[in-house]
Amino acid sequence: MLSKSNKFEITLFLLPALLIYTVFMFVPLIASLPISFFEWTGIGGKTFVGLANYQKLFCAQPFNDRLWNALSNNVIWFFISMVFQNGIGLILAILLSKNIYFKRFFRTIFFMPTTLSIIIVGFIFTLLLNPQFGIINKIFNAMNLSDIAFFPWLGNGKTALLCIALVNCWQYIGIPIVIFLAAIEGISNDVIEASRIDGCDDRKTFRHITLPMILPTIGMVTILTFVGDFSTFELVYGMEGTQAGPNYATDILGTFFYRTSFGSYGGSAQDMGLGAAIAAFMFVVISAGVIGWIIYDRKVENYL
Amino acid sequence: MKSGKSGGKVKNPVVYFIVLLQTVIVLFPIYTMLIIPFKKTADIFKNPYSIPKNPVYSNFSAVWHKVNFLALYKNSIFVTVVSIICIVVMSSLASYALTRYKFKWKSQVYFYFMAGIMIPIRLGVLNIFGIVKFLGLFDNLFSLIFVYIAMSIPISILIITNFMKQIPIAIEESALIDGCSKFQIYAQIMMPLIKPAIATVVIYNFLPIWNDFYFPLIFIRSDMQKTIPLGVALFFGQHTTNWGVIFSALTLACLPPILIYIAFSKYFIQGITAGAVKG
Repeated sequence: MLSKSNKFEITLFLLPALLIYTVFMFVPLIASLPISFFEWTGIGGKTFVGLANYQKLFCAQPFNDRLWNALSNNVIWFFISMVFQNGIGLILAILLSKNIYFKRFFRTIFFMPTTLSIIIVGFIFTLLLNPQFGIINKIFNAMNLSDIAFFPWLGNGKTALLCIALVNCWQYIGIPIVIFLAAIEGISNDVIEASRIDGCDDRKTFRHITLPMILPTIGMVTILTFVGDFSTFELVYGMEGTQAGPNYATDILGTFFYRTSFGSYGGSAQDMGLGAAIAAFMFVVISAGVIGWIIYDRKVENYL
Repeated sequence: MKSGKSGGKVKNPVVYFIVLLQTVIVLFPIYTMLIIPFKKTADIFKNPYSIPKNPVYSNFSAVWHKVNFLALYKNSIFVTVVSIICIVVMSSLASYALTRYKFKWKSQVYFYFMAGIMIPIRLGVLNIFGIVKFLGLFDNLFSLIFVYIAMSIPISILIITNFMKQIPIAIEESALIDGCSKFQIYAQIMMPLIKPAIATVVIYNFLPIWNDFYFPLIFIRSDMQKTIPLGVALFFGQHTTNWGVIFSALTLACLPPILIYIAFSKYFIQGITAGAVKG
């Protein structure tokens, strides 16, 4: 450490970051809870209502239905991400970690969609999934599958959520690829060669060397996906609007929260108190995920 | 892996089939977005996905007249540049205190910053909304700037402190003996030394700020204050049937990040890895 401490200097160095972080992030996050005990439309005064907002959220129609619907859609979305974004991402990272031609080119391309604005990605796919002119239906048409050739992917309650979650995977698959690739390439060559000498083939080396060594990275990617998926909003807003149609089939916590807090065209009035209760609920869900990850990470680190 | 040691390239066609398939899946939507603006409406609906034979430019000029793209670009650039400069200055100042001084609450202050690393700032949007209104910043670009600085500070402090810890103190000690003040040491010795960490911070925070749609949607109302994602989203809502014009707007919105990414892709990929793989 450099010489003696000087309180004045330390304060000057820390103050700007502390101030902005506290006022615009820490306090707003913590103070969601107090707002949820009030009735508040965002304009004018607040009325203390105790736990009424929570009672509404968990026990009153239609709010409780919306909450469980949104939560289960989020869970489905998360599993789709785990399979199609992180699962396929891991496979592609393994392939890229091999000595293939144009490796850098592929890596650069795979990461490219993450640079786009998610709302704009939503718009592009709204048009690509269009029943009349969308590419998906053109392909089915060309394959003579005329039954589904004009299928409204985003207008059908059974397919809309799947499609939107897959668009999300399309955009973000580059992140697991890049992170897994860095982790795999970070494994020392000596270990790999030692396993070769012991007679491991590709599959065995992956199962007994690579996989255990990237377990912390798998945990990291999982929690990043979890936090992202349970707070996302833009794709549903862009592709289905604030009502998260058809008939709330694509409603997730992010859209439920936004619609409740800030209203929507032709929708109900703003209810920021109830919105804060939803935010507090999301905070609990996300924190539970993060705590689970921290426990997992400690265990894995000890095991390695 | 098998052939890595000998220096020979993988020849297995299945491997190339899979990576090429993914390349097509990734590039096709981007390709579509880029070519449709160059087609006439009739052509778009007849063959939307073919390369335009006689490219037209009228869609671009139409969208340029309908949307004030110059204002959108100006606002997005202003918000991003100001936010990133503040993030770099504030995070490096705080990191300097956290790595170069001894003080009582040091590890608590560090933990306090790190507490925000995993929790999405948007969960606090109702209170931020209240604070923004209270400060008179509603419909003002500075509301966005403050939010972006706050949300980027935890990860930026993590990246910079990890880097600063590895820099030997000897250089600074000799400067101190030469009579430099702490701020001179920070500005003239430390800042040049931590350039790689600053580059990582800039790249890591650039895209989430440039592309953010959530906070402009809530805090910005007037046309002259809109950033690119918000401006394009509202335009999209009004013109869903005119694909040529819509895709021109989407292209104009996507081009800056794509071009910057292509120019600096290596650093983007390094930056994401550095941020995600914990130090």
